[in-house]
Amino acid sequence: MKVHVVRTGVANLASVLAGLGRVGAEAVLTAAEEEVRHADRLVLPGVGAFGAAMDELVRLGLVDALRERVQAGRPTFTICLGLQLLARTSEETPGAVGLGVIEGPVTRFTGAVRVPQMGWNEVVPEPGSRWITPGFAYFANTFKVDRIPAGWSGALADHGGPFVAALERGDVLACQFHPELSGPWGAALMQRWVEGRC
Amino acid sequence: MLTVRIVPCLDVRDGRVVKGVQFQGLRDAGDPVERALAYEAGGGDELVILDVSATTEGRGHAVETTRAVRRVLGIPLTVGGGVRRVEDAGRLLDAGADKVGVNTAAVDEPALLTAIATRYGAQCTILALDAARRLDGPGWEVVTRAGRHRTGMDAVDWAREATARGAGEILLTSWDRDGTRAGYDLSLIAAIRSTVAVPVIASGGAAHAGHLVEAVHAGADALLAASIFHDGETTPATLKTTLAAAGVKVRT
Repeated sequence: MKVHVVRTGVANLASVLAGLGRVGAEAVLTAAEEEVRHADRLVLPGVGAFGAAMDELVRLGLVDALRERVQAGRPTFTICLGLQLLARTSEETPGAVGLGVIEGPVTRFTGAVRVPQMGWNEVVPEPGSRWITPGFAYFANTFKVDRIPAGWSGALADHGGPFVAALERGDVLACQFHPELSGPWGAALMQRWVEGRC
Repeated sequence: MLTVRIVPCLDVRDGRVVKGVQFQGLRDAGDPVERALAYEAGGGDELVILDVSATTEGRGHAVETTRAVRRVLGIPLTVGGGVRRVEDAGRLLDAGADKVGVNTAAVDEPALLTAIATRYGAQCTILALDAARRLDGPGWEVVTRAGRHRTGMDAVDWAREATARGAGEILLTSWDRDGTRAGYDLSLIAAIRSTVAVPVIASGGAAHAGHLVEAVHAGADALLAASIFHDGETTPATLKTTLAAAGVKVRT
């Protein structure tokens, strides 16, 4: 199964490609607007900071194509920061404008917890979730989305309070965790999505 | 809530796993790809590879080892050793590392931490802090160059500064305990824990599950061990059974 992976710049791309390879996907890197718009299956890996990532998507001319396919529920898998980019704004980069598919907000972890959150946390699917099964996933994040928006389903985890571990709508799956680093559980999730069977 | 991580560590020299005592007297402990696969299957929560190659040619192996391990490994991978510039970090991340450990070069040039964190994010930027008890009084000093150089810098102050500069996690190795099987340096863990908000990986001295439980109570978020896994004495999954029985939340 061919999967297009958006080449957003730096960090962790090699892990995402290796993870896709391990579940039998043929991963193809792209930054071409036409491919991002029309790819059968598209992965948006998360990198860096909210504002810088949006700047890059604007520079590459990919914002509209991404927004439209997410709004249409076409097979799109976003990872880590890739989930937060769906929001309109983030505390990480005040003033920056995200894809705006969900309202957000994206906020920083607060209270007596380790920041960044780095490690394995328990993911609990909410009623209506099609893709996520209960299990442990690997997270590496400082910011998070607080609530599952109306019209979406997903999964929650807890780090000083509940936060959004994953969002789903149609064949769009947005994960705050790193499925490519979440062992057999994460591999099984990627495999189901790549093969289009939830 | 987050689980406590068990982190097998591979010291790698010229593409082979080695293990020494207090960073010296290295002996061969196998192929890194085989070891990595075995540790993931055995319940390891992430893997650390420390390149202890003495030569620049050896450093080339570190990228190759990272690439080979990444191909098979489905858990997070931290690679350290010989990272002197942002470009070195970039090469390891491109090869498939998820985080990069910086030790000597960060002590020599603390701005390196900021540079890596700005480019790749704090979650990629791991301070490898080797600390030794002072010979002349209380506290710990930072040691560098694989333990050969005592800097005189206070380890707790350095942890504070390094996290302020962008380090997102601390891999805290007790030089006194490394390879001794005498247990982690618990007061060192507690001293660093009470100073920084970032996760702390305890390293140096683990011989059995009791040592791991003590380190969690001292404030460790993750527990690194090497020789007890290399020798086949135990597995992460076996250690987790004891940790869970002691009330520590682990990934099962």
